[in-house]
Amino acid sequence: MKTKNLILFALISSFFLIFLVSIFKILATLQGLDIQNFNLQIIFIFGLLISFAHLRIGNKIKIFYKSIIFSLIFVVCDGYIIQKLPLWYNIGIFLVLYFFVNKINKYSFEDLKQEHSTQVIFFDFLTLFGILFFSFVILFPFYMMLITSFKTQIALLVNPLDFSINFSQDLKDLFNSYFVIFKSYKFGKYILTSTIVSVGTVIITLLFAIPAAYAIARLNFFGKTFMSTSILIIYMFPAIVLVIPLYTIFSQLGLRNSIEGLLIVYTATTLPVAIYMLQGYFKSIPKELEEAAILDKLSWFGIISKIIIPLSIPAISSVALYVFMIAWNEFLFSLMFLDNPNSFTLSRAIQYLSGDAETPRQYLMAGSVIVTLPVLFIFVYFEKYLVSGLTAGSVKG
Amino acid sequence: MKDTLANTEKKTAYILTLPAVALVFAIILFPIFANVWISFKEVELKDIRIPEPRAKKIVKSISEDPSKIKILYKLRNSSLLQEIRNVSFQDKFPKNFEIEKLDTRCDYKNNSLKCKFGNWPAKYRENFHVVFETNDGSKINKNALKSTKPKLNGTSDNILLNTSFTLKNFKKVLFDDEFVDLLLTTFYYTFFGTVGSIIFGILTAQMVNQKFYGRTFMRSVLLFPYVAPVVALAYTWELLLDPNSGTLNSLLINYQVIETPINLLGQKYIEINILGFDFNLRLALTTVIMFEIWRYFPLAFLFILARLQAIPKELYEAADVDGASPFQKFFKITLPQITAVISILFMIRFIWNFNKFEDVFLLTGGASGTRTLPINVYQQGFAISDIGMGSAVSIVIVVLLLLFMFFYFKLLGKRVDEN
Repeated sequence: MKTKNLILFALISSFFLIFLVSIFKILATLQGLDIQNFNLQIIFIFGLLISFAHLRIGNKIKIFYKSIIFSLIFVVCDGYIIQKLPLWYNIGIFLVLYFFVNKINKYSFEDLKQEHSTQVIFFDFLTLFGILFFSFVILFPFYMMLITSFKTQIALLVNPLDFSINFSQDLKDLFNSYFVIFKSYKFGKYILTSTIVSVGTVIITLLFAIPAAYAIARLNFFGKTFMSTSILIIYMFPAIVLVIPLYTIFSQLGLRNSIEGLLIVYTATTLPVAIYMLQGYFKSIPKELEEAAILDKLSWFGIISKIIIPLSIPAISSVALYVFMIAWNEFLFSLMFLDNPNSFTLSRAIQYLSGDAETPRQYLMAGSVIVTLPVLFIFVYFEKYLVSGLTAGSVKG
Repeated sequence: MKDTLANTEKKTAYILTLPAVALVFAIILFPIFANVWISFKEVELKDIRIPEPRAKKIVKSISEDPSKIKILYKLRNSSLLQEIRNVSFQDKFPKNFEIEKLDTRCDYKNNSLKCKFGNWPAKYRENFHVVFETNDGSKINKNALKSTKPKLNGTSDNILLNTSFTLKNFKKVLFDDEFVDLLLTTFYYTFFGTVGSIIFGILTAQMVNQKFYGRTFMRSVLLFPYVAPVVALAYTWELLLDPNSGTLNSLLINYQVIETPINLLGQKYIEINILGFDFNLRLALTTVIMFEIWRYFPLAFLFILARLQAIPKELYEAADVDGASPFQKFFKITLPQITAVISILFMIRFIWNFNKFEDVFLLTGGASGTRTLPINVYQQGFAISDIGMGSAVSIVIVVLLLLFMFFYFKLLGKRVDEN
């Protein structure tokens, strides 16, 4: 039993070490280093050796010294195998190893004797692995988007693996792609259109949704339950099914290629979710406040504007941000309804840009960075509002 | 007294909900019915433009006589297919203008020229001249003349509004050789995309539910693919997977994992050998599904995490006392607690993935075996310009969705009864 645990511990930690070093090596390759081999077997053997040595030594040496010694040994051997690598690479490897040894320090001989110890270790390492793996998989495309937008066409073709940025060049050269898309491709105009459409959608949606949500949350009327259930069903309804009839109707009314047309469609598609989120919040506001207001002969307009809205600022802002992001990111309707470059939104403009095979990729990526940044900024900055809005009412049981 | 109060309440409620209901009805519900209508018609993209009578006004001065001016109207029917009936024409002129020779179809009164041109067949064209003379000999302002535009009106059949119907579209959609393949592709895409995103959602939610340094940051990062614009993400992936100079292929070649680049988005099949069995994997479709999972697992993550955080701690403490292993805790406590969320998520994601258009459209455009039903709507309606066919495909989508929802709720209802 004990040997089985021992071997499993060593195996799991070695695999973890392989993963750590591989990610570091991939990132180092992308900085232009010539690394062609991971030397997986050697890392694996090292992982096993370090795990066993760690258990053998136990607490006889201070953890700090132990980590440094193990890491240094690894760095020296690794440096001997792959030669001619710069100092920062070796420092990086050292830090990776230091991190690894610190992680396995949590486990001692005594821990391994306990029940389920291998499962605990497995889960611990799986969590660590997951954190690193998902961070890498998710952030890598964003990282690539950003770096590519700072590159030149030639640099991209010569060595697609070189992700390093030359900061010594002129700022004007560095941001060249951005200057080009603003100058030659009118991205300033597209940003303006996207902003007008998104902010407009938010305002109209709130104007329509707040009264409707209040009525559904508070008032009694025929068809209320029907309305509140159909909201969700309508929300589930596919946009692709609406495209053809809306296209025909908009063509005949002359609403294609117009901001008004987009505003109408975006508002209608975001209304159900906005009403749903708001009415859930309105229901949580104590009724007594309104009863007092009714005694004071306040009209419904007064109740909504003087009591409901001030009390539900958090919910309203989360709906507003959510609707803004939906409208800003929307692509399907802007593809269908806009074919005149003068009325393009950002998403549509980028798609149009990519339609020309000659368009250099760094321009495409610069455009992508521009369309992504505001959304990510809003999301990170207001994350609390947004996450509570996303899950509020949707998950109950 | 109470009755009137209830009545005012009702009235207020209708006033408050009316704008939202009206808009949703006009933009979402009405088009669904319109779709049914269009799907039974033979309509092409070019038919939906209403035929318009048009006139281009050209002003020409006459050199021999500066007090006279000639105006040429290039009249035409904008439609190549349909007739316009009872075309009427009207244009205004300055007060001192007198007309020299009046066309029999026209009438000149109060400085406005009104004509009745009768019916114009499709592709109709005519050059229509009028010559004017000023009665006080003053100079003619050509620009002012150019700036007033003639008004034309006419009636025409709207092909969308007539009552001739056909089953041709549905026959074409359902008996197409590729229809089964289309359904299968859509099903693979939807099913594996949904299951994959839920599995990754469970893994990541379980992970973030533990305490570690940088946990809140991790939670934001995990949601990035879900909140970022699809256009940016799709093109980044395309660049990443590009066979010629994409990062992924270059990396794999650099590490000698592969010898020649793999066109992950442009190759329909790849031969794979597992345990001695050769089989063809739909490569482009798999890549598109991967993108789908990558982009949508955050939603599953968020929902499942919210549920995980609501599980009472006592359950785990009791399990610890009983000496349960981490695996047992996961399968006996966590999983039963999140099945309800998972079944909701499965339904939501299944429906949404079934209708997903943008992701596939931007990545492959529906080429190399990634044509799903929503892509087909676009291709029929806008690439082949057959609006009727596109509508018929979207009706097929709606019917399949309703069927799915019916069986899903039936199954779910049964399970609830059993518990």
